Amino acid sequence: MKVVVVIFPGTNRDVDVINALTAVSGKEPVLVWHRNTELPETDLIVLPGGFSYGDYLRSGAMAARSPILQEIAARAHTGVAVLGICNGFQILTEAGLLPGVLMANRDLKFVCRNIHLKIERADTVFTRRYAEGQVIRVPVAHHEGNYFSDPDTLSRIEGEGQVAFRYCTPEGHLDDSVNPNGSINGIAGVYNENHNVLGLMPHPEDHVHHSQSCSDGRPLFESLVESLA
Amino acid sequence: MKARVHITLKSGVLDPQGKAIQNALTSLGFEGVHNVRQGKYLELDLSGSDAEQVRAAVEEMCTRLLANTVIEDYQIELEDG
Repeated sequence: MKVVVVIFPGTNRDVDVINALTAVSGKEPVLVWHRNTELPETDLIVLPGGFSYGDYLRSGAMAARSPILQEIAARAHTGVAVLGICNGFQILTEAGLLPGVLMANRDLKFVCRNIHLKIERADTVFTRRYAEGQVIRVPVAHHEGNYFSDPDTLSRIEGEGQVAFRYCTPEGHLDDSVNPNGSINGIAGVYNENHNVLGLMPHPEDHVHHSQSCSDGRPLFESLVESLA
Repeated sequence: MKARVHITLKSGVLDPQGKAIQNALTSLGFEGVHNVRQGKYLELDLSGSDAEQVRAAVEEMCTRLLANTVIEDYQIELEDG
Protein backbone atom coordinates (compact mmCIF):
# COMPACT_ATOMS: atom_id res chain seq x y z
CA MET A 1 0.00 0.00 0.00
CA LYS A 2 1.46 3.34 -1.08
CA VAL A 3 0.52 6.17 1.25
CA VAL A 4 0.96 9.93 1.05
CA VAL A 5 0.64 12.07 4.18
CA VAL A 6 0.04 15.75 3.41
CA ILE A 7 1.59 18.29 5.77
CA PHE A 8 0.31 21.84 6.20
CA PRO A 9 1.82 24.57 8.37
CA GLY A 10 0.28 23.81 11.77
CA THR A 11 -0.26 20.09 11.22
CA ASN A 12 0.81 18.37 14.44
CA ARG A 13 -0.67 14.85 14.42
CA ASP A 14 1.38 13.76 11.42
CA VAL A 15 3.84 11.70 13.49
CA ASP A 16 1.00 9.80 15.18
CA VAL A 17 -0.56 8.75 11.88
CA ILE A 18 2.81 8.03 10.24
CA ASN A 19 3.69 5.71 13.15
CA ALA A 20 0.31 3.96 12.95
CA LEU A 21 0.54 3.50 9.17
CA THR A 22 4.13 2.28 9.37
CA ALA A 23 3.36 -0.14 12.22
CA VAL A 24 0.41 -1.68 10.41
CA SER A 25 1.58 -1.64 6.79
CA GLY A 26 5.33 -2.14 7.38
CA LYS A 27 6.07 0.74 4.98
CA GLU A 28 6.71 4.38 5.70
CA PRO A 29 4.40 6.86 3.99
CA VAL A 30 5.68 9.57 1.65
CA LEU A 31 5.36 13.06 3.11
CA VAL A 32 4.12 15.84 0.83
CA TRP A 33 4.30 19.54 1.72
CA HIS A 34 1.14 21.54 1.02
CA ARG A 35 2.82 23.79 -1.55
CA ASN A 36 3.42 20.87 -3.88
CA THR A 37 1.13 20.77 -6.86
CA GLU A 38 1.78 17.14 -7.72
CA LEU A 39 1.32 13.91 -5.81
CA PRO A 40 3.26 10.72 -6.35
CA GLU A 41 1.34 7.61 -7.36
CA THR A 42 -0.52 6.48 -4.26
CA ASP A 43 -3.31 4.24 -2.95
CA LEU A 44 -4.17 6.40 0.05
CA ILE A 45 -3.89 10.11 0.88
CA VAL A 46 -3.98 11.10 4.57
CA LEU A 47 -4.66 14.57 5.96
CA PRO A 48 -3.58 14.45 9.62
CA GLY A 49 -4.87 16.41 12.57
CA GLY A 50 -3.54 19.68 13.92
CA PHE A 51 -4.25 23.36 13.53
CA SER A 52 -3.40 24.15 9.91
CA TYR A 53 -2.85 27.91 9.46
CA GLY A 54 -3.72 28.41 13.13
CA ASP A 55 -7.40 27.82 12.31
CA TYR A 56 -7.49 31.32 10.75
CA LEU A 57 -10.90 32.37 9.36
CA ARG A 58 -12.40 28.89 10.04
CA SER A 59 -10.81 25.54 10.89
CA GLY A 60 -9.46 24.03 7.69
CA ALA A 61 -10.53 26.98 5.52
CA MET A 62 -7.06 28.13 4.47
CA ALA A 63 -5.62 24.64 3.97
CA ALA A 64 -8.63 23.72 1.82
CA ARG A 65 -7.50 26.41 -0.66
CA SER A 66 -3.91 25.13 -0.86
CA PRO A 67 -2.86 24.12 -4.39
CA ILE A 68 -2.38 20.50 -3.32
CA LEU A 69 -6.11 20.19 -2.57
CA GLN A 70 -6.96 20.39 -6.27
CA GLU A 71 -4.70 17.44 -6.89
CA ILE A 72 -6.20 15.56 -3.91
CA ALA A 73 -9.71 16.23 -5.27
CA ALA A 74 -8.68 14.96 -8.71
CA ARG A 75 -7.28 11.75 -7.18
CA ALA A 76 -10.36 11.31 -5.01
CA HIS A 77 -12.55 11.52 -8.13
CA THR A 78 -10.55 8.67 -9.68
CA GLY A 79 -11.28 6.53 -6.61
CA VAL A 80 -8.08 6.94 -4.57
CA ALA A 81 -8.83 6.56 -0.85
CA VAL A 82 -8.59 9.78 1.18
CA LEU A 83 -8.61 9.86 4.99
CA GLY A 84 -8.97 13.12 6.93
CA ILE A 85 -8.55 12.95 10.69
CA CYS A 86 -9.70 15.83 12.94
CA ASN A 87 -8.28 18.93 11.20
CA GLY A 88 -8.01 16.76 8.09
CA PHE A 89 -11.79 16.20 8.32
CA GLN A 90 -12.33 19.97 8.67
CA ILE A 91 -10.15 20.55 5.59
CA LEU A 92 -12.10 17.98 3.53
CA THR A 93 -15.46 19.58 4.38
CA GLU A 94 -14.09 23.07 3.64
CA ALA A 95 -12.76 21.79 0.31
CA GLY A 96 -16.18 20.38 -0.57
CA LEU A 97 -14.91 16.79 -0.74
CA LEU A 98 -17.19 15.84 2.16
CA PRO A 99 -20.66 17.21 2.99
CA GLY A 100 -21.42 19.42 5.99
CA VAL A 101 -19.28 21.57 8.26
CA LEU A 102 -17.58 21.33 11.67
CA MET A 103 -18.61 24.10 14.04
CA ALA A 104 -17.41 25.07 17.52
CA ASN A 105 -18.31 22.49 20.16
CA ARG A 106 -21.73 23.00 21.67
CA ASP A 107 -20.37 23.91 25.13
CA LEU A 108 -17.44 25.95 23.65
CA LYS A 109 -14.90 23.78 25.49
CA PHE A 110 -11.92 22.00 23.97
CA VAL A 111 -12.70 18.32 24.51
CA CYS A 112 -9.81 15.88 24.99
CA ARG A 113 -10.74 12.40 26.23
CA ASN A 114 -11.61 8.87 25.19
CA ILE A 115 -15.04 8.38 23.66
CA HIS A 116 -16.93 5.43 22.19
CA LEU A 117 -17.86 5.13 18.55
CA LYS A 118 -20.33 2.91 16.79
CA ILE A 119 -19.20 1.54 13.42
CA GLU A 120 -22.13 2.26 11.09
CA ARG A 121 -21.01 0.04 8.24
CA ALA A 122 -18.25 -2.54 7.81
CA ASP A 123 -18.19 -2.79 4.03
CA THR A 124 -15.88 0.11 3.12
CA VAL A 125 -12.13 0.13 2.50
CA PHE A 126 -11.76 1.85 5.89
CA THR A 127 -13.89 -0.45 8.03
CA ARG A 128 -13.89 -4.00 6.63
CA ARG A 129 -11.90 -5.30 9.63
CA TYR A 130 -14.63 -4.11 11.98
CA ALA A 131 -18.12 -5.54 12.42
CA GLU A 132 -21.23 -3.47 11.70
CA GLY A 133 -22.49 -2.03 14.98
CA GLN A 134 -19.18 -2.70 16.76
CA VAL A 135 -18.25 -0.23 19.50
CA ILE A 136 -14.67 1.04 19.68
CA ARG A 137 -12.87 3.33 22.12
CA VAL A 138 -10.70 6.13 20.67
CA PRO A 139 -9.68 9.61 21.82
CA VAL A 140 -10.99 12.97 20.62
CA ALA A 141 -9.10 16.26 20.95
CA HIS A 142 -10.79 19.23 19.33
CA HIS A 143 -12.64 22.50 19.73
CA GLU A 144 -14.45 22.51 16.38
CA GLY A 145 -15.95 19.05 16.07
CA ASN A 146 -19.64 19.84 16.11
CA TYR A 147 -20.83 18.30 12.84
CA PHE A 148 -23.64 20.17 11.14
CA SER A 149 -25.37 20.06 7.78
CA ASP A 150 -28.57 21.51 6.37
CA PRO A 151 -31.65 19.23 6.63
CA ASP A 152 -31.61 18.19 2.95
CA THR A 153 -27.94 17.19 3.07
CA LEU A 154 -28.47 15.41 6.37
CA SER A 155 -31.32 13.29 5.04
CA ARG A 156 -29.25 12.53 1.94
CA ILE A 157 -26.16 11.36 3.86
CA GLU A 158 -28.32 9.35 6.28
CA GLY A 159 -30.23 7.81 3.38
CA GLU A 160 -27.15 7.03 1.29
CA GLY A 161 -25.24 5.37 4.16
CA GLN A 162 -22.64 8.12 4.30
CA VAL A 163 -22.48 8.24 8.10
CA ALA A 164 -19.32 6.36 9.12
CA PHE A 165 -19.27 6.62 12.93
CA ARG A 166 -21.53 7.93 15.70
CA TYR A 167 -20.72 8.79 19.31
CA CYS A 168 -22.31 6.21 21.60
CA THR A 169 -22.26 4.77 25.12
CA PRO A 170 -19.82 1.90 25.90
CA GLU A 171 -22.79 -0.41 25.28
CA GLY A 172 -23.42 1.10 21.86
CA HIS A 173 -26.48 3.20 22.64
CA LEU A 174 -26.84 6.54 20.92
CA ASP A 175 -27.37 9.09 23.65
CA ASP A 176 -26.92 12.84 23.63
CA SER A 177 -25.22 12.68 27.06
CA VAL A 178 -22.17 11.02 25.44
CA ASN A 179 -22.09 13.33 22.42
CA PRO A 180 -18.89 15.29 23.18
CA ASN A 181 -19.49 18.27 20.89
CA GLY A 182 -23.17 18.53 19.91
CA SER A 183 -22.80 16.92 16.48
CA ILE A 184 -26.10 16.49 14.70
CA ASN A 185 -27.36 12.86 14.96
CA GLY A 186 -24.17 12.12 16.95
CA ILE A 187 -22.16 12.02 13.73
CA ALA A 188 -18.41 11.57 14.31
CA GLY A 189 -17.37 10.72 10.75
CA VAL A 190 -18.78 10.80 7.21
CA TYR A 191 -18.01 9.35 3.79
CA ASN A 192 -18.41 10.92 0.38
CA GLU A 193 -20.97 9.41 -2.00
CA ASN A 194 -18.54 6.79 -3.30
CA HIS A 195 -17.25 5.89 0.18
CA ASN A 196 -13.61 6.38 -0.84
CA VAL A 197 -13.22 9.63 1.13
CA LEU A 198 -13.62 9.47 4.92
CA GLY A 199 -13.38 12.23 7.49
CA LEU A 200 -13.64 11.74 11.24
CA MET A 201 -12.98 13.84 14.33
CA PRO A 202 -11.63 11.08 16.67
CA HIS A 203 -8.05 9.81 16.46
CA PRO A 204 -7.89 6.08 15.63
CA GLU A 205 -4.15 6.51 14.98
CA ASP A 206 -3.63 7.01 18.73
CA HIS A 207 -5.10 3.61 19.63
CA VAL A 208 -3.15 1.13 17.53
CA HIS A 209 -0.88 -0.56 20.07
CA HIS A 210 -1.58 -2.14 23.47
CA SER A 211 0.99 0.25 25.02
CA GLN A 212 -1.52 3.02 24.24
CA SER A 213 -4.00 1.28 26.60
CA CYS A 214 -6.21 0.27 23.69
CA SER A 215 -5.79 -0.78 20.07
CA ASP A 216 -9.35 -0.27 18.82
CA GLY A 217 -8.14 2.07 16.06
CA ARG A 218 -5.82 -0.50 14.52
CA PRO A 219 -8.44 -2.34 12.39
CA LEU A 220 -9.08 0.90 10.47
CA PHE A 221 -5.49 0.85 9.22
CA GLU A 222 -5.57 -2.93 8.76
CA SER A 223 -8.72 -2.51 6.65
CA LEU A 224 -6.85 -0.06 4.40
CA VAL A 225 -3.88 -2.40 4.06
CA GLU A 226 -6.16 -5.32 3.26
CA SER A 227 -8.19 -3.31 0.74
CA LEU A 228 -5.40 -1.35 -0.97
CA ALA A 229 -2.25 -3.48 -0.70
CA MET B 1 -12.64 51.12 -3.34
CA LYS B 2 -13.39 49.75 0.11
CA ALA B 3 -15.59 46.76 0.79
CA ARG B 4 -17.04 45.96 4.19
CA VAL B 5 -18.13 42.36 4.56
CA HIS B 6 -20.31 41.12 7.39
CA ILE B 7 -20.43 37.37 7.87
CA THR B 8 -23.11 35.98 10.14
CA LEU B 9 -24.45 32.54 10.99
CA LYS B 10 -27.63 31.68 9.11
CA SER B 11 -30.79 31.90 11.15
CA GLY B 12 -31.54 28.47 12.58
CA VAL B 13 -27.84 27.63 13.02
CA LEU B 14 -27.03 27.33 16.70
CA ASP B 15 -24.59 30.02 17.89
CA PRO B 16 -23.14 28.91 21.25
CA GLN B 17 -20.78 31.91 21.39
CA GLY B 18 -23.67 34.32 20.90
CA LYS B 19 -25.57 32.47 23.63
CA ALA B 20 -22.59 32.73 26.01
CA ILE B 21 -22.30 36.48 25.32
CA GLN B 22 -26.02 36.93 25.95
CA ASN B 23 -25.68 35.12 29.29
CA ALA B 24 -22.66 37.26 30.24
CA LEU B 25 -24.55 40.47 29.40
CA THR B 26 -27.50 39.32 31.49
CA SER B 27 -25.23 38.47 34.42
CA LEU B 28 -23.70 41.97 34.16
CA GLY B 29 -27.17 43.35 34.76
CA PHE B 30 -28.12 44.33 31.20
CA GLU B 31 -31.78 43.46 31.07
CA GLY B 32 -33.84 42.60 28.05
CA VAL B 33 -31.08 41.09 25.89
CA HIS B 34 -33.17 38.46 24.14
CA ASN B 35 -30.67 37.14 21.64
CA VAL B 36 -27.05 37.67 20.54
CA ARG B 37 -25.62 36.45 17.25
CA GLN B 38 -21.87 36.69 16.77
CA GLY B 39 -20.29 37.19 13.37
CA LYS B 40 -17.19 38.40 11.53
CA TYR B 41 -16.43 41.76 9.97
CA LEU B 42 -13.81 42.24 7.25
CA GLU B 43 -12.56 45.41 5.54
CA LEU B 44 -11.04 45.02 2.11
CA ASP B 45 -9.10 47.69 0.21
CA LEU B 46 -9.56 46.97 -3.44
CA SER B 47 -8.34 48.40 -6.71
CA GLY B 48 -11.01 49.10 -9.29
CA SER B 49 -13.69 51.80 -9.39
CA ASP B 50 -16.57 50.05 -11.14
CA ALA B 51 -18.90 49.22 -8.27
CA GLU B 52 -20.61 46.43 -10.13
CA GLN B 53 -17.34 44.70 -10.98
CA VAL B 54 -15.97 45.13 -7.48
CA ARG B 55 -19.16 43.77 -5.96
CA ALA B 56 -19.05 40.73 -8.24
CA ALA B 57 -15.43 40.09 -7.25
CA VAL B 58 -16.21 40.38 -3.52
CA GLU B 59 -19.23 38.08 -3.97
CA GLU B 60 -16.92 35.48 -5.43
CA MET B 61 -14.43 35.98 -2.56
CA CYS B 62 -17.27 35.36 -0.11
CA THR B 63 -18.50 32.16 -1.74
CA ARG B 64 -15.02 30.76 -2.38
CA LEU B 65 -13.28 31.61 0.89
CA LEU B 66 -14.61 34.25 3.25
CA ALA B 67 -17.90 32.55 4.18
CA ASN B 68 -18.86 28.91 4.52
CA THR B 69 -22.26 29.11 2.89
CA VAL B 70 -23.41 25.88 4.53
CA ILE B 71 -23.80 27.83 7.77
CA GLU B 72 -22.99 31.48 7.02
CA ASP B 73 -24.60 34.42 5.20
CA TYR B 74 -22.69 37.48 4.04
CA GLN B 75 -23.49 41.11 3.37
CA ILE B 76 -21.33 43.42 1.26
CA GLU B 77 -21.15 47.22 1.49
CA LEU B 78 -19.01 49.22 -0.91
CA GLU B 79 -17.55 52.65 -0.30
CA ASP B 80 -15.52 54.93 -2.61
CA GLY B 81 -12.01 55.88 -1.58
